[in-house]
Amino acid sequence: MPTDVKDDAADRLSGLDALELSPARERDLGRRLWRATWPKLLAVGIVIAAWQLVVLSEWKPEYVLPGPATVFGDLATLVTTGDFWEGVRLTMLRAVTGFALAVLIGTVVGAAVSRFAPLRAAIGSLITGLQTMPSIMWFPLAILLFQISESAIMFVVVIGAAPSVANGLISGIDYVPRTWLRVGQVLGMTGFARYRHLILPASLPSFISGLKQGWAFSWRSLMAGELLVIVPGALSVGVRMQQARDLSESSLVISFIIVVLVIGILIDMLFNAADNALRKRWGLTGT
Amino acid sequence: MSLVETKPVRQDTDVVVRLDSVSKQYGAGANALLALDKVSLTVRQGEFVCLLGASGCGKSTLLSLVAGLDEISGGTLDIGGRHVSLMFQEAALFPWLSVSGNVELAMRLRGIGKAERRRRAAELLDVVRLTGFGDKRPHELSGGMRQRVALARALAQDADILLMDEPFGALDAMTRDILHDELERIWREQALTVVFVTHNVREAVRLGDRVVLLSSRPGRVIEDFPVGHARPRRIDSPEVAGQAADITDRLRAEVARHAH
Repeated sequence: MPTDVKDDAADRLSGLDALELSPARERDLGRRLWRATWPKLLAVGIVIAAWQLVVLSEWKPEYVLPGPATVFGDLATLVTTGDFWEGVRLTMLRAVTGFALAVLIGTVVGAAVSRFAPLRAAIGSLITGLQTMPSIMWFPLAILLFQISESAIMFVVVIGAAPSVANGLISGIDYVPRTWLRVGQVLGMTGFARYRHLILPASLPSFISGLKQGWAFSWRSLMAGELLVIVPGALSVGVRMQQARDLSESSLVISFIIVVLVIGILIDMLFNAADNALRKRWGLTGT
Repeated sequence: MSLVETKPVRQDTDVVVRLDSVSKQYGAGANALLALDKVSLTVRQGEFVCLLGASGCGKSTLLSLVAGLDEISGGTLDIGGRHVSLMFQEAALFPWLSVSGNVELAMRLRGIGKAERRRRAAELLDVVRLTGFGDKRPHELSGGMRQRVALARALAQDADILLMDEPFGALDAMTRDILHDELERIWREQALTVVFVTHNVREAVRLGDRVVLLSSRPGRVIEDFPVGHARPRRIDSPEVAGQAADITDRLRAEVARHAH
Protein backbone atom coordinates (compact mmCIF):
# COMPACT_ATOMS: atom_id res chain seq x y z
CA MET A 1 0.00 0.00 0.00
CA PRO A 2 1.62 3.21 -1.14
CA THR A 3 -0.17 5.36 1.42
CA ASP A 4 1.31 3.33 4.25
CA VAL A 5 4.79 3.84 2.86
CA LYS A 6 4.15 7.56 2.70
CA ASP A 7 2.92 7.75 6.27
CA ASP A 8 5.93 5.75 7.37
CA ALA A 9 8.21 8.30 5.82
CA ALA A 10 6.35 11.14 7.54
CA ASP A 11 6.56 9.33 10.88
CA ARG A 12 10.26 8.69 10.51
CA LEU A 13 10.86 12.31 9.77
CA SER A 14 8.75 13.75 12.56
CA GLY A 15 10.25 11.18 14.96
CA LEU A 16 13.71 12.35 14.03
CA ASP A 17 12.67 16.00 14.40
CA ALA A 18 11.29 15.31 17.86
CA LEU A 19 14.52 13.59 18.92
CA GLU A 20 16.69 16.39 17.63
CA LEU A 21 14.83 19.24 19.25
CA SER A 22 16.05 19.90 22.75
CA PRO A 23 13.28 19.81 25.34
CA ALA A 24 12.25 23.22 26.60
CA ARG A 25 13.71 24.09 29.96
CA GLU A 26 11.66 25.98 32.51
CA ARG A 27 13.35 27.85 35.24
CA ASP A 28 12.00 29.75 38.17
CA LEU A 29 12.13 33.50 37.54
CA GLY A 30 12.59 34.34 41.22
CA ARG A 31 15.60 32.07 41.53
CA ARG A 32 17.15 33.47 38.38
CA LEU A 33 16.70 37.03 39.63
CA TRP A 34 18.22 36.15 42.98
CA ARG A 35 21.15 34.41 41.30
CA ALA A 36 21.85 37.54 39.26
CA THR A 37 21.33 39.93 42.17
CA TRP A 38 23.16 38.57 45.18
CA PRO A 39 26.71 38.94 43.79
CA LYS A 40 25.96 42.58 43.02
CA LEU A 41 24.57 43.20 46.52
CA LEU A 42 27.61 41.52 48.01
CA ALA A 43 29.97 43.69 45.93
CA VAL A 44 28.16 46.87 47.03
CA GLY A 45 28.34 45.66 50.64
CA ILE A 46 32.09 45.06 50.41
CA VAL A 47 32.72 48.52 48.92
CA ILE A 48 30.68 50.22 51.67
CA ALA A 49 32.44 48.21 54.35
CA ALA A 50 35.88 49.12 52.97
CA TRP A 51 34.85 52.78 52.79
CA GLN A 52 33.65 52.66 56.40
CA LEU A 53 36.98 51.10 57.46
CA VAL A 54 38.95 53.88 55.77
CA VAL A 55 36.80 56.44 57.57
CA LEU A 56 37.30 54.63 60.90
CA SER A 57 41.07 54.61 60.35
CA GLU A 58 40.89 58.44 60.46
CA TRP A 59 43.07 58.73 57.36
CA LYS A 60 41.29 61.98 56.57
CA PRO A 61 39.11 64.12 58.84
CA GLU A 62 35.34 63.41 58.71
CA TYR A 63 34.50 66.69 57.02
CA VAL A 64 36.78 65.75 54.06
CA LEU A 65 35.87 62.09 53.79
CA PRO A 66 32.50 61.45 55.43
CA GLY A 67 31.33 57.90 56.17
CA PRO A 68 28.64 55.98 54.31
CA ALA A 69 25.98 56.75 56.90
CA THR A 70 26.44 60.53 56.52
CA VAL A 71 26.55 60.35 52.72
CA PHE A 72 23.50 58.13 52.36
CA GLY A 73 21.66 60.35 54.83
CA ASP A 74 22.46 63.42 52.74
CA LEU A 75 21.65 61.52 49.53
CA ALA A 76 18.25 60.55 50.93
CA THR A 77 17.51 64.20 51.70
CA LEU A 78 18.82 65.27 48.31
CA VAL A 79 16.54 63.02 46.30
CA THR A 80 13.47 64.42 48.06
CA THR A 81 14.14 67.94 46.75
CA GLY A 82 12.59 69.19 43.52
CA ASP A 83 15.79 71.08 42.67
CA PHE A 84 17.71 67.84 42.46
CA TRP A 85 15.26 66.29 40.00
CA GLU A 86 15.30 69.47 37.96
CA GLY A 87 19.08 69.03 37.65
CA VAL A 88 18.75 65.37 36.70
CA ARG A 89 16.10 66.28 34.13
CA LEU A 90 18.37 68.90 32.54
CA THR A 91 21.36 66.56 32.46
CA MET A 92 19.36 63.66 31.02
CA LEU A 93 17.84 65.94 28.41
CA ARG A 94 21.34 66.95 27.30
CA ALA A 95 22.51 63.33 27.36
CA VAL A 96 19.60 62.03 25.30
CA THR A 97 19.75 64.89 22.78
CA GLY A 98 23.50 64.58 22.38
CA PHE A 99 23.36 60.82 22.08
CA ALA A 100 20.53 60.95 19.54
CA LEU A 101 22.51 63.42 17.42
CA ALA A 102 25.59 61.24 17.71
CA VAL A 103 23.62 58.16 16.61
CA LEU A 104 22.21 60.03 13.62
CA ILE A 105 25.59 61.37 12.51
CA GLY A 106 27.45 58.16 13.31
CA THR A 107 24.98 56.05 11.35
CA VAL A 108 25.09 58.26 8.28
CA VAL A 109 28.90 58.46 8.34
CA GLY A 110 29.26 54.72 9.03
CA ALA A 111 26.91 53.76 6.19
CA ALA A 112 28.68 56.11 3.79
CA VAL A 113 32.15 54.87 4.75
CA SER A 114 31.22 51.21 4.31
CA ARG A 115 29.49 51.94 1.01
CA PHE A 116 32.20 53.96 -0.74
CA ALA A 117 35.73 52.56 -0.80
CA PRO A 118 37.53 55.89 -1.38
CA LEU A 119 35.72 57.41 1.58
CA ARG A 120 36.86 54.52 3.74
CA ALA A 121 40.46 54.96 2.59
CA ALA A 122 40.14 58.67 3.39
CA ILE A 123 38.52 58.72 6.81
CA GLY A 124 38.32 55.10 7.99
CA SER A 125 41.32 55.34 10.29
CA LEU A 126 40.42 58.90 11.27
CA ILE A 127 37.22 57.56 12.84
CA THR A 128 39.16 55.12 14.98
CA GLY A 129 41.59 57.92 15.87
CA LEU A 130 38.74 60.16 16.99
CA GLN A 131 37.39 57.33 19.10
CA THR A 132 40.58 57.19 21.15
CA MET A 133 40.73 60.98 21.69
CA PRO A 134 39.97 61.94 25.31
CA SER A 135 36.90 64.13 24.93
CA ILE A 136 38.12 66.70 27.44
CA MET A 137 40.69 67.72 24.81
CA TRP A 138 37.90 69.17 22.70
CA PHE A 139 36.55 71.63 25.28
CA PRO A 140 39.02 74.47 24.75
CA LEU A 141 38.19 74.48 21.04
CA ALA A 142 34.47 73.99 21.68
CA ILE A 143 34.43 77.00 24.01
CA LEU A 144 36.25 79.14 21.44
CA LEU A 145 33.83 78.03 18.74
CA PHE A 146 30.57 78.19 20.67
CA GLN A 147 31.42 80.20 23.81
CA ILE A 148 29.99 79.01 27.10
CA SER A 149 26.80 77.49 25.73
CA GLU A 150 24.76 74.34 25.33
CA SER A 151 26.22 74.03 21.83
CA ALA A 152 29.75 73.71 23.23
CA ILE A 153 28.66 70.79 25.40
CA MET A 154 26.68 69.16 22.56
CA PHE A 155 29.64 69.49 20.21
CA VAL A 156 31.89 67.51 22.52
CA VAL A 157 29.24 64.93 23.37
CA VAL A 158 28.57 64.25 19.69
CA ILE A 159 32.20 64.15 18.66
CA GLY A 160 32.90 61.76 21.52
CA ALA A 161 30.08 59.33 20.74
CA ALA A 162 29.58 59.40 16.96
CA PRO A 163 32.83 57.57 16.06
CA SER A 164 31.84 54.57 18.20
CA VAL A 165 28.43 54.40 16.57
CA ALA A 166 29.98 54.68 13.09
CA ASN A 167 32.60 52.02 13.85
CA GLY A 168 29.97 49.63 15.21
CA LEU A 169 28.00 49.91 11.99
CA ILE A 170 31.09 49.63 9.78
CA SER A 171 32.39 46.47 11.44
CA GLY A 172 28.88 44.99 11.44
CA ILE A 173 28.65 45.50 7.68
CA ASP A 174 32.20 44.22 7.13
CA TYR A 175 31.55 40.99 8.96
CA VAL A 176 28.27 39.91 7.40
CA PRO A 177 28.91 36.17 6.84
CA ARG A 178 29.78 35.25 3.26
CA THR A 179 27.14 32.53 3.14
CA TRP A 180 24.43 35.09 3.87
CA LEU A 181 25.75 37.32 1.11
CA ARG A 182 25.60 34.38 -1.31
CA VAL A 183 22.03 33.62 -0.27
CA GLY A 184 21.22 37.27 -0.89
CA GLN A 185 22.68 36.95 -4.37
CA VAL A 186 20.73 33.77 -5.07
CA LEU A 187 17.52 35.45 -3.90
CA GLY A 188 18.28 38.28 -6.30
CA MET A 189 18.87 41.06 -3.77
CA THR A 190 20.40 44.18 -5.25
CA GLY A 191 20.80 47.82 -4.31
CA PHE A 192 18.49 49.09 -1.61
CA ALA A 193 16.73 45.74 -1.06
CA ARG A 194 20.10 44.18 -0.26
CA TYR A 195 20.65 46.76 2.48
CA ARG A 196 17.11 46.62 3.76
CA HIS A 197 16.78 42.83 3.92
CA LEU A 198 20.33 41.64 4.47
CA ILE A 199 23.14 44.06 5.31
CA LEU A 200 21.38 46.20 7.92
CA PRO A 201 19.69 43.42 9.90
CA ALA A 202 22.85 41.30 9.73
CA SER A 203 24.95 44.12 11.20
CA LEU A 204 22.52 44.81 14.05
CA PRO A 205 24.47 43.05 16.87
CA SER A 206 27.62 45.00 16.10
CA PHE A 207 25.59 48.21 15.73
CA ILE A 208 24.10 47.71 19.20
CA SER A 209 27.51 47.30 20.79
CA GLY A 210 28.53 50.45 18.95
CA LEU A 211 25.53 52.26 20.47
CA LYS A 212 26.42 50.99 23.90
CA GLN A 213 29.99 52.18 23.63
CA GLY A 214 28.81 55.45 22.10
CA TRP A 215 26.53 56.03 25.07
CA ALA A 216 29.41 55.47 27.51
CA PHE A 217 31.53 58.02 25.65
CA SER A 218 28.73 60.59 25.45
CA TRP A 219 27.91 60.22 29.15
CA ARG A 220 31.54 60.75 30.09
CA SER A 221 31.90 63.73 27.76
CA LEU A 222 28.73 65.23 29.16
CA MET A 223 29.94 64.98 32.76
CA ALA A 224 33.27 66.58 31.83
CA GLY A 225 31.35 69.26 29.97
CA GLU A 226 29.03 70.06 32.85
CA LEU A 227 32.00 70.59 35.15
CA LEU A 228 33.91 72.76 32.69
CA VAL A 229 31.26 74.62 30.72
CA ILE A 230 28.95 76.13 33.28
CA VAL A 231 26.09 77.71 31.39
CA PRO A 232 24.52 80.43 33.53
CA GLY A 233 21.13 79.44 34.93
CA ALA A 234 21.42 75.78 33.89
CA LEU A 235 21.75 73.95 37.20
CA SER A 236 22.65 70.52 35.89
CA VAL A 237 24.00 67.61 37.94
CA GLY A 238 27.59 68.62 37.11
CA VAL A 239 27.02 72.24 38.14
CA ARG A 240 25.44 71.23 41.44
CA MET A 241 28.39 68.98 42.12
CA GLN A 242 30.79 71.82 41.39
CA GLN A 243 28.84 74.07 43.77
CA ALA A 244 29.07 71.42 46.47
CA ARG A 245 32.83 71.32 46.00
CA ASP A 246 33.03 75.13 46.21
CA LEU A 247 31.21 74.92 49.54
CA SER A 248 33.48 72.05 50.66
CA GLU A 249 30.47 69.79 51.11
CA SER A 250 32.24 66.45 50.65
CA SER A 251 29.18 64.46 51.52
CA LEU A 252 27.19 66.14 48.72
CA VAL A 253 30.03 65.64 46.20
CA ILE A 254 30.08 61.92 46.95
CA SER A 255 26.29 61.84 46.72
CA PHE A 256 26.46 63.24 43.19
CA ILE A 257 29.15 60.72 42.27
CA ILE A 258 26.78 57.98 43.38
CA VAL A 259 23.92 59.53 41.39
CA VAL A 260 26.01 59.68 38.20
CA LEU A 261 27.19 56.12 38.75
CA VAL A 262 23.66 54.83 39.27
CA ILE A 263 22.37 56.58 36.15
CA GLY A 264 25.24 55.10 34.15
CA ILE A 265 24.50 51.62 35.44
CA LEU A 266 20.77 51.93 34.75
CA ILE A 267 21.32 53.00 31.15
CA ASP A 268 23.88 50.24 30.67
CA MET A 269 21.28 47.76 31.89
CA LEU A 270 18.90 49.01 29.21
CA PHE A 271 21.49 48.40 26.50
CA ASN A 272 22.29 44.98 27.91
CA ALA A 273 18.61 44.07 27.94
CA ALA A 274 18.36 45.02 24.25
CA ASP A 275 21.52 43.07 23.47
CA ASN A 276 20.33 39.99 25.35
CA ALA A 277 16.92 40.08 23.70
CA LEU A 278 18.61 40.13 20.32
CA ARG A 279 20.99 37.31 21.19
CA LYS A 280 18.14 35.20 22.43
CA ARG A 281 16.14 35.85 19.27
CA TRP A 282 19.10 34.93 17.07
CA GLY A 283 20.09 31.90 19.13
CA LEU A 284 23.50 33.29 20.05
CA THR A 285 23.20 32.55 23.76
CA GLY A 286 25.22 29.80 25.37
CA THR A 287 22.31 27.74 26.69
CA MET B 1 4.38 -1.94 -8.16
CA SER B 2 2.44 1.30 -8.04
CA LEU B 3 5.54 3.11 -6.82
CA VAL B 4 7.60 2.41 -9.90
CA GLU B 5 7.13 5.33 -12.16
CA THR B 6 7.44 5.24 -15.89
CA LYS B 7 8.75 8.39 -17.42
CA PRO B 8 7.94 9.44 -20.96
CA VAL B 9 10.81 9.42 -23.41
CA ARG B 10 12.07 12.98 -23.64
CA GLN B 11 12.89 14.91 -26.75
CA ASP B 12 15.73 17.38 -27.14
CA THR B 13 13.27 20.25 -26.88
CA ASP B 14 13.08 19.40 -23.19
CA VAL B 15 16.62 20.61 -22.57
CA VAL B 16 16.63 23.29 -19.86
CA VAL B 17 20.37 23.62 -19.28
CA ARG B 18 22.92 23.32 -22.05
CA LEU B 19 26.64 23.71 -21.50
CA ASP B 20 28.80 23.54 -24.58
CA SER B 21 32.59 23.43 -24.08
CA VAL B 22 32.29 25.69 -21.05
CA SER B 23 35.58 26.75 -19.49
CA LYS B 24 36.21 28.74 -16.38
CA GLN B 25 39.55 30.25 -15.54
CA TYR B 26 40.43 32.22 -12.43
CA GLY B 27 43.17 34.81 -12.64
CA ALA B 28 45.41 35.38 -15.65
CA GLY B 29 48.93 34.70 -16.84
CA ALA B 30 51.22 32.31 -14.99
CA ASN B 31 48.98 32.18 -11.93
CA ALA B 32 45.85 31.35 -13.86
CA LEU B 33 43.85 28.45 -12.53
CA LEU B 34 41.71 26.48 -14.95
CA ALA B 35 38.75 25.28 -12.90
CA LEU B 36 36.62 23.89 -15.72
CA ASP B 37 37.91 22.71 -19.08
CA LYS B 38 35.48 22.38 -22.01
CA VAL B 39 32.62 20.92 -20.02
CA SER B 40 29.63 19.89 -22.12
CA LEU B 41 26.46 18.85 -20.39
CA THR B 42 22.74 18.95 -20.94
CA VAL B 43 19.99 18.70 -18.37
CA ARG B 44 16.44 17.94 -19.42
CA GLN B 45 13.17 19.13 -17.97
CA GLY B 46 12.30 17.15 -14.85
CA GLU B 47 15.63 15.39 -14.73
CA PHE B 48 17.64 14.73 -11.58
CA VAL B 49 21.32 15.00 -12.48
CA CYS B 50 24.08 14.37 -9.97
CA LEU B 51 27.51 15.88 -10.52
CA LEU B 52 30.14 13.78 -8.84
CA GLY B 53 33.83 14.36 -8.38
CA ALA B 54 36.72 14.56 -5.96
CA SER B 55 38.00 17.84 -4.55
CA GLY B 56 39.00 20.43 -7.09
CA CYS B 57 36.74 19.20 -9.85
CA GLY B 58 34.95 22.51 -10.06
CA LYS B 59 31.52 21.16 -9.08
CA SER B 60 30.63 24.24 -7.11
CA THR B 61 32.10 26.48 -9.80
CA LEU B 62 29.82 24.82 -12.31
CA LEU B 63 26.76 25.53 -10.18
CA SER B 64 27.79 29.17 -9.67
CA LEU B 65 28.06 29.56 -13.43
CA VAL B 66 24.63 28.05 -14.06
CA ALA B 67 23.18 30.20 -11.26
CA GLY B 68 24.68 33.27 -12.90
CA LEU B 69 26.74 34.18 -9.83
CA ASP B 70 29.93 33.96 -11.89
CA GLU B 71 30.82 34.41 -15.56
CA ILE B 72 32.13 31.76 -17.93
CA SER B 73 35.54 32.22 -19.54
CA GLY B 74 34.77 30.28 -22.73
CA GLY B 75 32.17 28.18 -24.51
CA THR B 76 28.43 28.69 -24.29
CA LEU B 77 26.02 28.28 -21.43
CA ASP B 78 22.33 28.45 -22.19
CA ILE B 79 19.52 28.16 -19.66
CA GLY B 80 17.00 29.85 -21.92
CA GLY B 81 16.32 32.65 -19.46
CA ARG B 82 14.98 30.20 -16.90
CA HIS B 83 14.95 31.01 -13.22
CA VAL B 84 17.48 29.23 -11.07
CA SER B 85 17.67 28.65 -7.35
CA LEU B 86 20.72 27.46 -5.45
CA MET B 87 20.98 25.66 -2.12
CA PHE B 88 24.20 25.34 -0.14
CA GLN B 89 25.72 22.98 2.38
CA GLU B 90 24.78 25.48 5.09
CA ALA B 91 21.11 26.32 5.38
CA ALA B 92 22.20 29.96 5.88
CA LEU B 93 18.80 31.03 7.19
CA PHE B 94 18.58 34.60 8.45
CA PRO B 95 18.34 34.63 12.26
CA TRP B 96 16.37 37.90 12.36
CA LEU B 97 13.47 36.26 10.54
CA SER B 98 11.16 33.48 11.66
CA VAL B 99 11.13 30.21 9.74
CA SER B 100 8.14 31.44 7.78
CA GLY B 101 9.79 34.84 7.28
CA ASN B 102 12.81 33.17 5.72
CA VAL B 103 10.62 31.26 3.28
CA GLU B 104 8.59 34.39 2.55
CA LEU B 105 11.65 36.52 1.85
CA ALA B 106 12.10 35.10 -1.65
CA MET B 107 8.52 36.14 -2.44
CA ARG B 108 8.78 39.47 -0.65
CA LEU B 109 11.64 40.45 -2.95
CA ARG B 110 9.42 39.73 -5.93
CA GLY B 111 6.75 42.01 -4.51
CA ILE B 112 4.16 39.36 -3.62
CA GLY B 113 1.57 40.57 -1.08
CA LYS B 114 1.70 39.61 2.56
CA ALA B 115 -1.38 37.39 2.72
CA GLU B 116 -0.37 35.49 -0.39
CA ARG B 117 3.17 35.10 0.97
CA ARG B 118 1.98 33.68 4.27
CA ARG B 119 -0.35 31.25 2.58
CA ARG B 120 2.29 30.04 0.14
CA ALA B 121 4.97 29.77 2.85
CA ALA B 122 2.66 27.62 4.97
CA GLU B 123 2.04 25.46 1.93
CA LEU B 124 5.76 25.03 1.29
CA LEU B 125 6.42 24.22 4.93
CA ASP B 126 3.79 21.50 4.56
CA VAL B 127 5.70 20.21 1.55
CA VAL B 128 8.93 19.86 3.56
CA ARG B 129 6.90 18.46 6.47
CA LEU B 130 7.47 21.33 8.85
CA THR B 131 3.83 22.16 9.34
CA GLY B 132 3.39 24.41 12.37
CA PHE B 133 7.06 25.41 12.60
CA GLY B 134 6.55 28.70 10.78
CA ASP B 135 6.75 30.89 13.88
CA LYS B 136 9.89 29.24 15.25
CA ARG B 137 13.29 30.84 14.97
CA PRO B 138 15.90 29.08 12.81
CA HIS B 139 18.13 28.35 15.82
CA GLU B 140 15.31 26.39 17.45
CA LEU B 141 15.47 23.78 14.69
CA SER B 142 17.90 20.92 14.11
CA GLY B 143 20.37 20.91 11.20
CA GLY B 144 18.18 18.66 9.08
CA MET B 145 15.11 20.80 9.72
CA ARG B 146 17.00 23.97 8.84
CA GLN B 147 18.08 22.39 5.57
CA ARG B 148 14.43 21.63 4.82
CA VAL B 149 13.54 25.26 5.50
CA ALA B 150 16.30 26.22 3.05
CA LEU B 151 14.67 23.87 0.53
CA ALA B 152 11.29 25.50 1.13
CA ARG B 153 12.93 28.91 0.62
CA ALA B 154 14.44 27.69 -2.65
CA LEU B 155 11.05 26.37 -3.77
CA ALA B 156 9.49 29.72 -2.87
CA GLN B 157 11.58 31.30 -5.61
CA ASP B 158 9.47 29.37 -8.11
CA ALA B 159 12.63 28.59 -10.02
CA ASP B 160 12.63 26.28 -13.04
CA ILE B 161 15.90 24.69 -12.02
CA LEU B 162 17.02 23.80 -8.51
CA LEU B 163 20.77 23.62 -8.02
CA MET B 164 22.01 21.92 -4.86
CA ASP B 165 25.61 22.19 -3.69
CA GLU B 166 26.24 19.27 -1.31
CA PRO B 167 23.10 20.18 0.60
CA PHE B 168 23.27 17.22 2.96
CA GLY B 169 27.05 17.17 3.37
CA ALA B 170 26.99 18.42 6.95
CA LEU B 171 24.24 16.11 8.21
CA ASP B 172 24.49 12.76 9.98
CA ALA B 173 23.86 9.59 8.00
CA MET B 174 20.42 8.90 9.46
CA THR B 175 19.12 12.39 8.75
CA ARG B 176 20.68 12.38 5.29
CA ASP B 177 19.04 9.08 4.47
CA ILE B 178 15.59 10.39 5.39
CA LEU B 179 16.17 13.64 3.54
CA HIS B 180 17.04 11.65 0.40
CA ASP B 181 13.56 10.12 0.57
CA GLU B 182 12.06 13.56 1.12
CA LEU B 183 13.95 15.20 -1.71
CA GLU B 184 12.99 12.39 -4.09
CA ARG B 185 9.35 12.76 -3.11
CA ILE B 186 9.35 16.55 -3.48
CA TRP B 187 11.20 16.33 -6.81
CA ARG B 188 8.47 14.04 -8.14
CA GLU B 189 5.52 15.88 -6.65
CA GLN B 190 6.71 19.30 -7.78
CA ALA B 191 8.13 18.10 -11.12
CA LEU B 192 11.45 19.81 -10.38
CA THR B 193 14.60 19.82 -12.44
CA VAL B 194 17.51 19.23 -10.09
CA VAL B 195 21.27 19.48 -10.50
CA PHE B 196 22.81 18.01 -7.38
CA VAL B 197 26.50 18.24 -6.57
CA THR B 198 28.09 15.71 -4.22
CA HIS B 199 31.30 13.83 -3.56
CA ASN B 200 29.36 10.91 -2.08
CA VAL B 201 29.03 8.22 -4.78
CA ARG B 202 26.19 6.32 -3.14
CA GLU B 203 24.24 9.50 -2.60
CA ALA B 204 24.65 10.30 -6.29
CA VAL B 205 23.42 6.84 -7.40
CA ARG B 206 20.64 6.92 -4.80
CA LEU B 207 19.22 10.17 -6.16
CA GLY B 208 20.20 10.73 -9.77
CA ASP B 209 18.67 9.81 -13.09
CA ARG B 210 22.21 10.32 -14.30
CA VAL B 211 25.54 10.58 -12.52
CA VAL B 212 28.04 12.79 -14.28
CA LEU B 213 31.59 12.08 -13.17
CA LEU B 214 34.02 15.00 -13.32
CA SER B 215 37.82 14.92 -13.27
CA SER B 216 39.85 17.17 -10.99
CA ARG B 217 42.08 20.11 -11.86
CA PRO B 218 40.85 20.98 -14.34
CA GLY B 219 37.27 19.77 -14.18
CA ARG B 220 36.25 17.79 -17.24
CA VAL B 221 33.40 15.38 -17.81
CA ILE B 222 34.87 11.86 -17.65
CA GLU B 223 31.75 9.85 -17.99
CA ASP B 224 27.99 10.17 -17.84
CA PHE B 225 26.40 7.17 -16.10
CA PRO B 226 22.68 6.57 -16.58
CA VAL B 227 21.02 5.24 -13.43
CA GLY B 228 18.05 3.06 -14.28
CA HIS B 229 17.02 1.61 -10.95
CA ALA B 230 13.37 1.82 -10.02
CA ARG B 231 12.33 4.55 -7.59
CA PRO B 232 11.96 5.01 -4.72
CA ARG B 233 15.42 3.67 -4.12
CA ARG B 234 17.28 2.77 -0.99
CA ILE B 235 20.87 3.81 -0.49
CA ASP B 236 21.73 0.32 0.83
CA SER B 237 20.00 -1.67 -1.93
CA PRO B 238 22.27 -4.08 -3.90
CA GLU B 239 21.66 -2.27 -7.21
CA VAL B 240 22.60 1.13 -5.83
CA ALA B 241 25.60 -0.29 -3.97
CA GLY B 242 26.73 -2.23 -7.04
CA GLN B 243 26.67 0.70 -9.42
CA ALA B 244 28.20 2.94 -6.78
CA ALA B 245 31.12 0.49 -6.53
CA ASP B 246 31.70 0.67 -10.28
CA ILE B 247 31.65 4.46 -10.27
CA THR B 248 33.90 4.55 -7.21
CA ASP B 249 36.51 2.50 -9.08
CA ARG B 250 36.42 4.98 -11.91
CA LEU B 251 36.72 7.88 -9.44
CA ARG B 252 39.65 6.26 -7.63
CA ALA B 253 41.51 5.80 -10.90
CA GLU B 254 40.97 9.50 -11.54
CA VAL B 255 42.20 10.54 -8.10
CA ALA B 256 45.27 8.26 -8.43
CA ARG B 257 46.23 10.15 -11.59
CA HIS B 258 47.12 13.10 -9.33
CA ALA B 259 49.45 11.04 -7.12
CA HIS B 260 52.79 12.16 -8.56
